[in-house]
Amino acid sequence: MSIKALRGLLLIPVALLAGCHTVLMSPSGDLALQQRNLIIDSVLLMLLIIVPVIALTLLFAWHFRASNKEADYDPDWDHSTMLELLIWSAPLLIIIALGALTWVSTHKLDPYRPLDRIAAGHSVPADVKPLTVEVVALDWKWLFIYPEQGIATVNDLAAPVNRPIQFKITASTVMNSFFIPALAGQIYAMPNMETQLQAVMNKPGDFEGFSANYSGAGFSGMHFTFHAVSEDAFAQWVQQAKTSGNALSRDAYVKLQQPSQDEPVHRYATVDAGLYEDILTNCIQPDSMSCMRNMKASDAGAMRSSNDSTGMAAMPTAHP
Amino acid sequence: MLAHPDLTQLIFGRLTIDQLPLHEPIVVGTFIVVALLGAALLGAVTYFRLWGYLWHEWFTSIDHKKIGVMYIILSLVMLLRGFSDAIMMRAQQAISFGHSTGYLPPFHYDQIFTAHGVIMIFFVAMPMVTGIMNFVMPLQIGARDVAFPFLNNFSLWMTISGAVLVMMSLFVGEFARTGWLAYPPLSDIAASPDAGVDYYIWALQIAGVGTLLSGVNLLTTIIKMRAPGMTLMRMPIFTWTALCTNVLIVAAFPVLTAALAMLALDRYAGTNFFTTMLGGNAMMYINLIWIWGHPEVYILILPAFGVFSEVTATFCRKRLFGYASMVYATVVITVLSYLVWLHHFFTMGSGASVNSFFGITTMIISIPTGAKIFNWLFTMYRGRITFEVPMLWTVAFMVTFVLGGMTGVMLAVPPADFSLHNSLFLVAHFHNVIIGGVLFGMFAGVNYWFPKAFGFRLDPFWGKCSFWFWVAGFYFAFMPLYVLGFMGVTRRLSHFDDPSLQIWFEIAAFGAFLILLGILSMLMQFYVSFRDRERLRDVTGDPWGGRTLEWSTSSPPPKYNFAFTPCIHDIDAWWQMKQHRYQRPLQGFQPIHMPKNTGAGIILAGIATVFGFAMIWYMWPLAIISFAALIATAIGHTFNYHRDYYIPADEVARVESSRTELLGHV
Repeated sequence: MSIKALRGLLLIPVALLAGCHTVLMSPSGDLALQQRNLIIDSVLLMLLIIVPVIALTLLFAWHFRASNKEADYDPDWDHSTMLELLIWSAPLLIIIALGALTWVSTHKLDPYRPLDRIAAGHSVPADVKPLTVEVVALDWKWLFIYPEQGIATVNDLAAPVNRPIQFKITASTVMNSFFIPALAGQIYAMPNMETQLQAVMNKPGDFEGFSANYSGAGFSGMHFTFHAVSEDAFAQWVQQAKTSGNALSRDAYVKLQQPSQDEPVHRYATVDAGLYEDILTNCIQPDSMSCMRNMKASDAGAMRSSNDSTGMAAMPTAHP
Repeated sequence: MLAHPDLTQLIFGRLTIDQLPLHEPIVVGTFIVVALLGAALLGAVTYFRLWGYLWHEWFTSIDHKKIGVMYIILSLVMLLRGFSDAIMMRAQQAISFGHSTGYLPPFHYDQIFTAHGVIMIFFVAMPMVTGIMNFVMPLQIGARDVAFPFLNNFSLWMTISGAVLVMMSLFVGEFARTGWLAYPPLSDIAASPDAGVDYYIWALQIAGVGTLLSGVNLLTTIIKMRAPGMTLMRMPIFTWTALCTNVLIVAAFPVLTAALAMLALDRYAGTNFFTTMLGGNAMMYINLIWIWGHPEVYILILPAFGVFSEVTATFCRKRLFGYASMVYATVVITVLSYLVWLHHFFTMGSGASVNSFFGITTMIISIPTGAKIFNWLFTMYRGRITFEVPMLWTVAFMVTFVLGGMTGVMLAVPPADFSLHNSLFLVAHFHNVIIGGVLFGMFAGVNYWFPKAFGFRLDPFWGKCSFWFWVAGFYFAFMPLYVLGFMGVTRRLSHFDDPSLQIWFEIAAFGAFLILLGILSMLMQFYVSFRDRERLRDVTGDPWGGRTLEWSTSSPPPKYNFAFTPCIHDIDAWWQMKQHRYQRPLQGFQPIHMPKNTGAGIILAGIATVFGFAMIWYMWPLAIISFAALIATAIGHTFNYHRDYYIPADEVARVESSRTELLGHV
């Protein structure tokens, strides 16, 4: 049986799970779909060994029960070179296969890697630029800044279907994790640091997004809706923010970042220039001691350069 | 007092009457119940005039067997607390949907899931594992005690001191609301200014002293005190796993101590190791805590593997299959456990190569683990399996643990982890391996070695009830969490909007209820076994047909364990002795050199508790005084020259001949 057919077979329980909205097994974004396939493939590989082990455990336990006098009894049998080779090499072979799969897929599905396809068989058209969204995890709500559109929203996110999105992610005070299960895997949102996620949505609809890392009292209410829409509807959604009349100035941000729970949607028509960089470098109060611009370059260990062209240098962990 | 607010503050620090949760009906109710039960217990001890007995025979005892038993009692008491937290969480998540916010506000719920994790790992699993190692290992290697008997008593009481501080946080102030590993910046003073995180830090630091010293002690014991003839490759597998676990403890716990010390400096002295200012970096804490945290997982599971090896060989009445490969697998796991820590935070944004490296090292651990499973499997093959309670736990473990192993490897594939991380799938996975591995192993161990410790078996009927409730309860409680993980539900939520999730949480709550029945059956099992101890009495010292040395001595063993140090000729030393029609020596006894009891351990730990409490509440004068007292008492103890005594030869002869008489009646 080919791996495709096996995957088809495994899709039966998967389909059952999908019946109760298991978003991970029926995702709508290309990245999440590839992650789903990877989960299924790795499970299949492991079932090759798990199923026999469970079956043999139950079989041996039953067959060699003390009351079964028919069964062989060999109290001094404790070694067999053939069997020992087998029990070490069988898991080894599976791990070699799984390890290769891991190495390749981890590189291919690296959240920092610019997308080269929108979906299987559809590469990114040359004229399409990714939509940039700057994400800030606040206590306890999400701020989304759209630098190209000049707008911002709280707890409401939208993007056109089939257009790559580049999320730049940070946080105001504590660690959170930015997660839209239907779109792609999660990545941590950490104060004074930037992480990234490159993803694309293939199906229109409203999807749930939330923080997947506990961050304090208001954590349970820290969710938002992600609207995957057409280009036109996206333009309308932007327009809706532009006509709201609110301005996200530094003062407005200082008020917004105060802890609050179950925050409703806000929209901002304008955003102060450089606000996201100032949040990232702790420079909302530019004369504060903790503003990274005020530290000597050699001291600014956590943040090397926020305008690095790759956008990755902000991560202190080594990233290629 | 109001006339001198400064003086009050100097003495009581930030502890005020408002810190007592008098306005919280659940906590006050719990306090009343605990106070009544505590008063009843203390009253009973006083009424039956047991204080002297407890003090002389138990609290100050440096006998490794009694210390092991006390560790296990601590663990069972804390299991009740940790499980109460669990069932409260399950109830909250089962009802907190839509307009209902459940019965626990986040302030409480967040403390409960933090306390549940801390208590279950540090004060249930660790004492249980340490207790069984303490009781069994010296007997298995034919030693009379551990290498440093006083240190053993001190370690126990330091662990209890940590547990006392955690329990105090229930009624004085509050516990941390950070999750069980207290990640900064959430655990920094800016985000968590109250005493909760300080309770966490000091409880773990004080208990950590005990754990580390116990690790040094047991490691030295295994290296230096094996009976003649017991080469490393003749050690029982349980002793091998104890050796590897204690190597891990000695190497890993200092990392935890250092990480928590830096967190404490950030909170107390305004340093910036892990803050978001002045170059501080919380990612360092997360790395450090998992450099301890992942080996910790193996510290817990390796002794459980050891128990399963002993139990399987005994109840299959057959030599363990592949002894050498079992040993190598254990050692390989020990080394590899240091090379995988980053898999706990693939989502922190490391590069693809770093993530793949740690993903693949994680998968490699499944090779020796798989080999172990096969070894148990082929031990069963051509065996004569009797399904006593320990063997039932072992079979349930083999089936359950491979599932947990599979989900663990799924989480080790970084792109899959990006979807599954921090979800209820993860919660289901680690409960699958910790309950299905560690806890099942420890329950097997308790049922297996109980007759050795007390001279009567545990009642099998209630043991089987407990077994079936636990196993069924586990599957009902955690399989729904796997499903919820696939539904994208993250952990630590106290409220949900999507009503379609509720049914799964209700099933999980039902599972928790079954586990409750399992725990109650276990308590019933202890009670019934004690009541019917004459019916369950074992005078042979070898009720299961054991294979290792601990079964060669009486049950319970005499203080000195072995009248004559045994000589070892085989892996299954006692089995080999029985095969060769071993005769107990009946004369020629010598006086036996033994360590003397001391109260220094309990006194030091008592002062350490006061010190911890003073630090938590900023009571600086008390902290200084208690720390000085701690050092002074420790130095004072070194002048105690009355540390040892001899059991006279005729006393040994008397004990041994009374055993001979008992054996004659069999």
